[in-house]
Amino acid sequence: MSITLADAIEFITLEADMLDYGQFKEWLSLYTPDGLYIVPIDPDADDYQKKLNYAYDNAEMRQNRVTRLLSGRAISAMPPAHTVRLLGRYRMLETDETKCIVRCAQMLTEMRQGRERYYSANVTFHLVKTDDGLKIDRKIICLLTSTEALTTVSYIL
Amino acid sequence: MTLLPDPASLVNEDRADGSIYNNALLYDMEMDRIFKRNWIWVAHRSDLPDPGSFITTFVGQHPVIVSRDRKGEVHVLLNRCRHRGATVCEHKSGKAASFVCPYHGWAYGQDGALRAVPQPKGYGDSLDKSKLPLVSLRVEDYNGMIFATFNADIMPLDEWLGPAKIWIDLFMKQGAGWPIKTMGEHKFTFPGNWKIQLENTTDAYHFPIVHKSFLDSVDNQTQNIFDFVEGDGFVEDLGNGHSVMVMIPELVDLEENLDAPIPERFQKLAEALSKDYPPEKVRQIVRAVGGSGFNLNLYPNVACSMAFFRVLRPLAVDETEIRHIAIGMDGGPEIANEVRLRLHEHFQGPLGFGTPDDSEAWDRVQRGALAGYNIDILLNRGLEHEAKRESGLLFSDVTAETGMRAAYRQWLTDMTCETAIEEAAQ
Ligand code: FES
Ligand SMILES: [Fe+2]
Repeated sequence: MSITLADAIEFITLEADMLDYGQFKEWLSLYTPDGLYIVPIDPDADDYQKKLNYAYDNAEMRQNRVTRLLSGRAISAMPPAHTVRLLGRYRMLETDETKCIVRCAQMLTEMRQGRERYYSANVTFHLVKTDDGLKIDRKIICLLTSTEALTTVSYIL
Repeated sequence: MTLLPDPASLVNEDRADGSIYNNALLYDMEMDRIFKRNWIWVAHRSDLPDPGSFITTFVGQHPVIVSRDRKGEVHVLLNRCRHRGATVCEHKSGKAASFVCPYHGWAYGQDGALRAVPQPKGYGDSLDKSKLPLVSLRVEDYNGMIFATFNADIMPLDEWLGPAKIWIDLFMKQGAGWPIKTMGEHKFTFPGNWKIQLENTTDAYHFPIVHKSFLDSVDNQTQNIFDFVEGDGFVEDLGNGHSVMVMIPELVDLEENLDAPIPERFQKLAEALSKDYPPEKVRQIVRAVGGSGFNLNLYPNVACSMAFFRVLRPLAVDETEIRHIAIGMDGGPEIANEVRLRLHEHFQGPLGFGTPDDSEAWDRVQRGALAGYNIDILLNRGLEHEAKRESGLLFSDVTAETGMRAAYRQWLTDMTCETAIEEAAQ
């Protein structure tokens, strides 16, 4: 049976919850070993690897990013920002027994040092089925403002 | 009439008043006396690869088009239609045979000349097109760095850069024999005054404190390279507000020390390159990929910063836009350019492991400096042992605030310049 939209949504919601509640170590285990976390600048680029991105994280960089957030040694994450994210507008683009591609919208509000900021994004998930349940093979976060000036983001989108 | 602040009472040789970051009147004066009267960096040569290429950007607060005409000449044109003022181009970059104003259709050439207006009869004989080109600024370039200015009387760019030129040449060795090209940019704003960023480019003192978490994320060898605050680097005042901070002396000239062993973090790249290039070339490329060991601050708005261009644009007294422009080898091996991109993403930009912490520190300066009255910002680090080279240039240790003192000296010259004051009064 192909992966259903309901299964994908359940998994994606779990990821969102982990990120808002700071369960970053657990979050790492949601990815495949070759998985990529990508925040592009050019949403239309066909090969992100050849382009400058905001983030192009393999397993090692994701681990580094989490270590940085939890270390207490990064002033921009000390104290960390609080975030609330809401995902919706899900659409299954492709699916079969072992993998699927889901696209959705994400609205995120950030609160840090008395300042509220907002980031909207189109997010695409490439999910794969493993013995251990669904995993993320690629998460691509295309910020609505990716080609404009951002403010700094010391958390995980 | 509001009394303007007196710049001379705010900045001394070794200190400045905290209000320089938050006085809105002073900010307006800076826009007139500094950003209107100096050479302002607008583009790198590779941003305009072909005849007809253009980008839009700003000189201070003024929107401009930087355009390469059919003959290859670069023009910096105010992005303002001569009819009733609309911007004629809102694309960030592209190629265009002409710029047509969207409001009433006046059409301008790549050099800004007014070519045609719709229904010219409505003007009878009164419209002299030759008198209504897009207003052009003075443009000069050095080694691919293109600057523009409103000031017809300023010294030539060559003279303005002076001793900074050799550092620009050294910086461009990151092309490893190929020309340098820009490869995209990280752009972000921070809620603080532009001078806080200007200071930071030659501030080695903060590095081991603010960038702890970045240092945690790299291998030991790289950590040692970045352990430079007690090393024999230096900061040198290059005149006209420019300065250079050498953090890693071994990485000043990337064409020297080519027989030094290849760092661990570049082993894989070196192996891959060895398939296509002889050993010496591989070493040259790998060394270039690692970036230069210095930051060159070119007053007031651009820096050649280790491995990228850093460009600042004041948006308001307490708001600044920063661009970190990635650079690479134009025509060089793609795998090496990709490594450069990943290195850039690692530290730079709003999601990097370095920039957010810098931005947090600057944000704190902006907010903290509002506290109290008449409290100084100290700029005296390294002053005691500051010395003069044979060339007459001042230098001190790598963590000295010599670069900041250089910038503020020029700031004071600009802000108290009689011609600038008269011009602003008109
Ligand atoms: S404002 Fe440009 S044509 Fe009228
Ligand atoms: Fe820094």
